[in-house]
Amino acid sequence: MMEILASLPMLAEMNSGQIRLGILVGYLALLLFLGVVANRFFTGTKNDFWNASHGIGPFLLLMSMFGTTMTAFALVGSTSYAYQRGIGVYALMASSSGIVHSLCFFLVGVKIYQFGRKYKYATQVQFFRDRLESDFAGLLIFPVLVVLVLPYLLLGIIAGGGTIAAMTGGAFEPGGMIPDNGGIPFWMGSLLICLVVLSYVFLGGMRGTTWANAFQTTVFMVLGIVTFYLLTMNLGGKESLMASMDSLTKNLDTEFSTRQSMPHTLYMSYMLIPLSVAMFPHLFQHWLTAKNAKAFKVPVILHPIFVMLVWAPCVLIGAWASSVSPSFEQNKVLQTLVATEVGPIMGGLLSAGILAAIMSSLDSQFLCLGTMFTNDVVTHYGGREKFSDRSQLVIARVFICLIVAVAYALAQLGASKSVFNMGIWCFSGFAGLFPIVVAALYWKRLTAAGVISGVLAMLCSWLYLFSQSNWGANKEFMIYLWRNEYPVMPVTVILLCSALATILTSLLTRPPSQQTLQKFFPDRAKS
Amino acid sequence: MNRFVLWLVFVLVIAHHDFWFWNSPDRYLGMPVGLVYHMGLSIITAAVWAFVCIVAWPAELDEFDQEQKVAK
Repeated sequence: MMEILASLPMLAEMNSGQIRLGILVGYLALLLFLGVVANRFFTGTKNDFWNASHGIGPFLLLMSMFGTTMTAFALVGSTSYAYQRGIGVYALMASSSGIVHSLCFFLVGVKIYQFGRKYKYATQVQFFRDRLESDFAGLLIFPVLVVLVLPYLLLGIIAGGGTIAAMTGGAFEPGGMIPDNGGIPFWMGSLLICLVVLSYVFLGGMRGTTWANAFQTTVFMVLGIVTFYLLTMNLGGKESLMASMDSLTKNLDTEFSTRQSMPHTLYMSYMLIPLSVAMFPHLFQHWLTAKNAKAFKVPVILHPIFVMLVWAPCVLIGAWASSVSPSFEQNKVLQTLVATEVGPIMGGLLSAGILAAIMSSLDSQFLCLGTMFTNDVVTHYGGREKFSDRSQLVIARVFICLIVAVAYALAQLGASKSVFNMGIWCFSGFAGLFPIVVAALYWKRLTAAGVISGVLAMLCSWLYLFSQSNWGANKEFMIYLWRNEYPVMPVTVILLCSALATILTSLLTRPPSQQTLQKFFPDRAKS
Repeated sequence: MNRFVLWLVFVLVIAHHDFWFWNSPDRYLGMPVGLVYHMGLSIITAAVWAFVCIVAWPAELDEFDQEQKVAK
């Protein structure tokens, strides 16, 4: 099939970079088309723009939640990290995520959905303001969430720009603004990604985002498996897939095929990182789109399988790549292998798959930032009645553009940063907020002062440890529990500080009113 | 019911810390055995969550869905 396509007269005249570029352009155009179609279903109300009128069923909920949690971190970061550390990366991040993510969906997501529907919340801050009877708690949580989402946005923009630059290599003559590899320059690729995502988010709102997520999740899962097959066959050089896999695994250094260099305490502490999903504002918004609580069952059950289908091939390819070449560039292991080991048409499709994973998170993050600013700042302080649905949507779009401009500018400065490392710090911050959301849902004694001190404790410990790691430059940064033994990830300390501050301060301050307890714990208010 | 779910998750967490395959260089199905074990754990995790959704799905959520349906 691919040979037939490659022999077409037009394609035969194009070099491989140009073919991949053509496929990328076609894919991005398809996404824009999806946004236009979603726009035809848009009712014009803010509820439709932010929550798709709470009409998302189990399948789309699964695809959108999974697509949102899997980002550049899952495809590009996992391959690069496995290239440095071996197969242990799967246990560190994937099998643990399968357990913890589903737990968060079950214990936090469904409950949040229930309150969100009942009391018409669109954002986390609205929930916390109501639950804690405190305006200030909301005012504090809003910027913290925005600051934590920002590096997450950077992850996507950096990986997107890097992917386009690597995949279009050779499409143009180097010189002028075209870099040495003859591909689209990083600044232009990352700008293109931002503009396409902005367009379909603006056109289709949450419905467009969900559709695009479902489409892109299908694309990156299917193409990921095809990539794995092709790369394994090419790198292994045997007749069957199993024989190629066996041959590649046999060549692995034991450091890459085992976890011999991984301390047990460090490994255990990694399990705290996936707790971050409980406080992702973009995931919160997806939870609210569910048609009913029952729709959560499918994502809760299938999420671990989906994580496996994406992570296992990436980790294996990353580990095998270590025995193929020791000199792959950071964040570009997968892209470089795809560009060099498979044909241009398949390479173009696969790079579209990588972009799909990246964009399926970026869109939700863009949308949630606009929703938060409009609901938590503009209408909260300006008065809901003063703004029509139309003007609220305009404000949301303007704020999204501003944030994307800031993230884009920062991405140009941090293009060489490790995607995996940046992700770990970002997720550690969100995981530090986990005790707060769990306490808000399950602990009657939680107070506003408790949450405020918990958030501040998370912020201070996170900033302190981040600065100690030289703002992420020290990739081996860890905390030692005893002298130079028993290392753990910084998230352990961040989570502990936040939990202790929340619990102790809550116990020392006045409990919430009976009215609030009745509202959030109707069955247990008097116990 | 949540306590029951937390116990199941605790068992999964223990199973996740597979010190028995930590340094094993063995291969199975063309992959390092430690990785195969964790892929298996992902499948078992999905099975555990399926079990939880069938036997421990909070009844209040079904009532809530019903209320929402009536309200529409």
